[in-house]
Amino acid sequence: MHSAISLSLSSASPITVRSYDGAGSSSSSDLFFRNNSAPSQLRFCGLRREAFSGCKSSSNAVLLKQLRQNMKISASLSGNGTPSKGFDYDLVIIGAGVGGHGAALHAVEKGLKTAIIEGDVVGGTCVNRGCVPSKALLAVSGRMRELQNEHHMKSFGLQVAAAGYDRQGVADHAENLAAKIRNNLTNSLKSLGVDILTGVGTVVGPQKVKYGKVGGSGTVITAKDIIIATGSVPFVPKGVEVDGKTVITSDHALKLETVPEWIVIVGSGYIGLEFSDVYTALGSEVTFVEALDQLMPGFDPEIGKLAQRVLINPRKIDYHTGVFATKITPAKDGKPVTIELIDAKTKEPKDTLEVDAALIATGRAPFTQGLGLENVNVETQRGFIPVDERMRVIDSKGELVPHLYCIGDANGKMMLAHAASAQGISVVEQVSGKDHVLNHLSIPAACFTHPEISMVGLTEPQAREKAEKEGFEIGIAKTSFKANTKALAENEGEGIAKLIYRPDNGEILGVHIFGMHAADLIHEASNAIALGTRIQDIKYAVHAHPTLSEVIDELFKSAKVKNDVSCAVAEPVAV
Amino acid sequence: MSSSLLQPRAPPSLSSSSSISGSKPQWRFTSPPAVTFTRRARNSTVNAKIREIFMPALSSTMTEGKIVSWIKSEGDVLSKGESVVVVESDKADMDVETFYDGILAAIVVPEGESAPVGAPIGLLAETEAEIEEARAKAASAGGSSPPKIAADAPVAASPPSAPVAAPPTPAAAPVVADGPRKIVSTPFAKKLAKQHKVDINKVVGTGPFGRITPADVEAAAGITPVKSTPPPVTAPAATAAAPAKSAPTFAEIPGATVVPFTTMQAAVSKNMIESLSVPTFRVGYPVMTDALDALYAKVKSKGVTMTALLAKAAAMALAQHPVVNASCKDGKSFTYNSSINIAVAVAINGGLITPVLQDADKLDLYLLSEKWKELVEKARSKQLQPHEYNSGTFTLSNLGMFGVDRFDAILPPGQGAIMAVGVSKPTPVAGKDGYFSVKNQMLVNVTADHRIVYGADLAAFLKTFAKIVQEPDSLTM
Repeated sequence: MHSAISLSLSSASPITVRSYDGAGSSSSSDLFFRNNSAPSQLRFCGLRREAFSGCKSSSNAVLLKQLRQNMKISASLSGNGTPSKGFDYDLVIIGAGVGGHGAALHAVEKGLKTAIIEGDVVGGTCVNRGCVPSKALLAVSGRMRELQNEHHMKSFGLQVAAAGYDRQGVADHAENLAAKIRNNLTNSLKSLGVDILTGVGTVVGPQKVKYGKVGGSGTVITAKDIIIATGSVPFVPKGVEVDGKTVITSDHALKLETVPEWIVIVGSGYIGLEFSDVYTALGSEVTFVEALDQLMPGFDPEIGKLAQRVLINPRKIDYHTGVFATKITPAKDGKPVTIELIDAKTKEPKDTLEVDAALIATGRAPFTQGLGLENVNVETQRGFIPVDERMRVIDSKGELVPHLYCIGDANGKMMLAHAASAQGISVVEQVSGKDHVLNHLSIPAACFTHPEISMVGLTEPQAREKAEKEGFEIGIAKTSFKANTKALAENEGEGIAKLIYRPDNGEILGVHIFGMHAADLIHEASNAIALGTRIQDIKYAVHAHPTLSEVIDELFKSAKVKNDVSCAVAEPVAV
Repeated sequence: MSSSLLQPRAPPSLSSSSSISGSKPQWRFTSPPAVTFTRRARNSTVNAKIREIFMPALSSTMTEGKIVSWIKSEGDVLSKGESVVVVESDKADMDVETFYDGILAAIVVPEGESAPVGAPIGLLAETEAEIEEARAKAASAGGSSPPKIAADAPVAASPPSAPVAAPPTPAAAPVVADGPRKIVSTPFAKKLAKQHKVDINKVVGTGPFGRITPADVEAAAGITPVKSTPPPVTAPAATAAAPAKSAPTFAEIPGATVVPFTTMQAAVSKNMIESLSVPTFRVGYPVMTDALDALYAKVKSKGVTMTALLAKAAAMALAQHPVVNASCKDGKSFTYNSSINIAVAVAINGGLITPVLQDADKLDLYLLSEKWKELVEKARSKQLQPHEYNSGTFTLSNLGMFGVDRFDAILPPGQGAIMAVGVSKPTPVAGKDGYFSVKNQMLVNVTADHRIVYGADLAAFLKTFAKIVQEPDSLTM
């Protein structure tokens, strides 16, 4: 009976697949019911009719009652079915962003009784103020770009009248997308039976967390393990006055309340780059202010150079590099936004810009204040919580704090939503008894400009440095989108893929892609790195023709691995 | 595509140099004499060394390459090994480096254009002094595009000293000078200035806070921004509204700027020339408008415009005089049009277009006014469909709102007549009884194709038109 139910449920709703697995692995009927039947009763009712169509209605009703009862019982139990006696929860996660969400989902799968504390809205930065709404804006900008490019359209034989946009409509699209994803996330947590505790979470001692309103008494709960996943906020440098109207951060920009004629973007990392794509597509002119000597620091230099040629030079963008914006004053009293620039090296005043708006995209600062870290003797470093490679929090004496973990932007290891999620899963693996170390070099990153940029592993300079230190040779292979049928069919031949590898053993050190759908193409490489697949093996994998993935296929095929070395030999060959 | 193709940068054949000494014959220079003179002086004193940058052969199959972009601009100082230009071959884009130090004196093949392998695409000067010479060489090498010439003109007129450095403040100060003015220009404005070789310091900013906008630079460069496909015009032209302000003077006046026609202006020009082949004549007629003015005051609140009233009146008159609504297509016959479509001349920024009120005799005033509003809106947003501007059978042109009392319109090819309407103003009129009175009077002047419309036809039509306007009750029916 039981298995029949779980099967039909899981086949009917994709969300319940996980819970089915969880129930199966823990083989505890209690857990199954608790996790599955929680708040989304209505949905299950709808499905149930289908699932139990063979059953009598009376038995159906009984079953329903059972489900409810079970749920009630499980809620009053503690540490149920797990060895963590004396705790309210097996795992408490502070922060319901993408990292916390990923950890919670995996914890349920592992049979842990899980709670998640959120003081704001579920979804965190990524869903509400980051990746998600920005993708909505970028989807618009991509289409605008295409429609405005008469030459591009003509080459397809298409005729399009002048493209225009409605700012509010664009803004609504972003807002609606965020709301939708937020609901999906909330529902997935609820349907798995994760307790969502509202309030600000504070660590009050080992394995003890308080949640509630700031300054209020709050509720103290105990947990066998605690994950801090509080994320980050936009970093605003000293001297910058953010008014939310003319001097803004990504938080404001994503609401798209205005499209200024001329906007300065301070910082040319991926946040700045994506916004420049959006703003220029909507008709703004953009000036980048970058403290380093090169635009797009952090990207592989060769990719950065090509990206600059495609994403910056032909667009209505100019830039100042090697300068700091020391003072940014919002527009007021009929005066424009002013930005004072000094030379990054000599500190001499260099220029003053007068523009319509300024977007501060200088990175993100960890959000770790008020977490009660002093209670467990942890000191943040520039706001970041120090952790070891297993995300275990390190205290001020350099010792591990037992049962306390920190994932995501708050630890600063890799400030990406999916990295946070991967770290969360890694922690859950550990607390459920399986050692796990996440290979950060296998985590891909993407910038959703048009065309996109993506990367995984080392950049060429990083690889050369490593090669010199460890005494191996590196090889570089490149393929162009110009030779790819699918890319040419789309008239999007601009692009390059670059592979950095070890010719001696075929190890993939890094892959960088600039071109159409680069963000989707990177995963073949990131999976290969994560699984330790060597070039000499992956090059025989078959790709459908004609697809963009053949760019990567060719990349692997064009690498020259010394063929006398079999993949089993991991020994580096001395140079 | 193999990686090896991408890896070698700057194959040896790439920027081989050939020194060009200053021994080019003087007649090759095409610039004004003053400049040539100084060049000659320079040529004789400096041992010039100008190297050509060739289109490299990036692959064995490459026969020609396209310049994707110039990384450096004219006047930039280059050092050996620096990337100068990006070339697209049949396989990939590659950066091309220079083998010599120097100054990029001239770009011979601009971005987006192609050149065969081995052809010079740019010139590298060793010193600043040689830049002028290199540029002259580039110009004589041909292929310099027309806008470049236009933009170069002011440069040639200024004293030829300091060819590279920012030119001295122009004699005509661009803005009321209250001390040194900080020049603020937007990113795209700067790009355009570079592209069209406009000295940004000489551009007057009209944007917010006096900043220089892309439009300002385009104006300075003599370019009318290309808007999305301006519809071609089958247009008439009231002489005063004609956009061709730049009357061709054959003596060259220094400092003059040449502004090429927009598509719309070119269409107007073509039509105007075509109109010369039609024998036209003109007939004028005074029309009292007191009654029409009174009617207008009544219906104005309902959204009726004067244009609609006049169009309706003309259409009703045309209905009684079909020959004025006819056209002469082949010089051998009358073509009587089945519907009365009144085209109304509309000036839109620097252009002229004639939205058409179709079946103006059949639609009532209110529908006509609504239709007109719609057409004007479409004209403004350049969304008129061809049938909405080229289906006119008779044209109405009104300059009364400017105070013009009478004028004479040019007949658009393909139509039989065009009516030019002047201002309606109080005028002393002698009545039949011999007494003077002051009446609102407007002068209309119709230009017609005398192959089909004769004097009496036009006179009769005008009489009918005047009667309708003077007793306008029929307009509202």
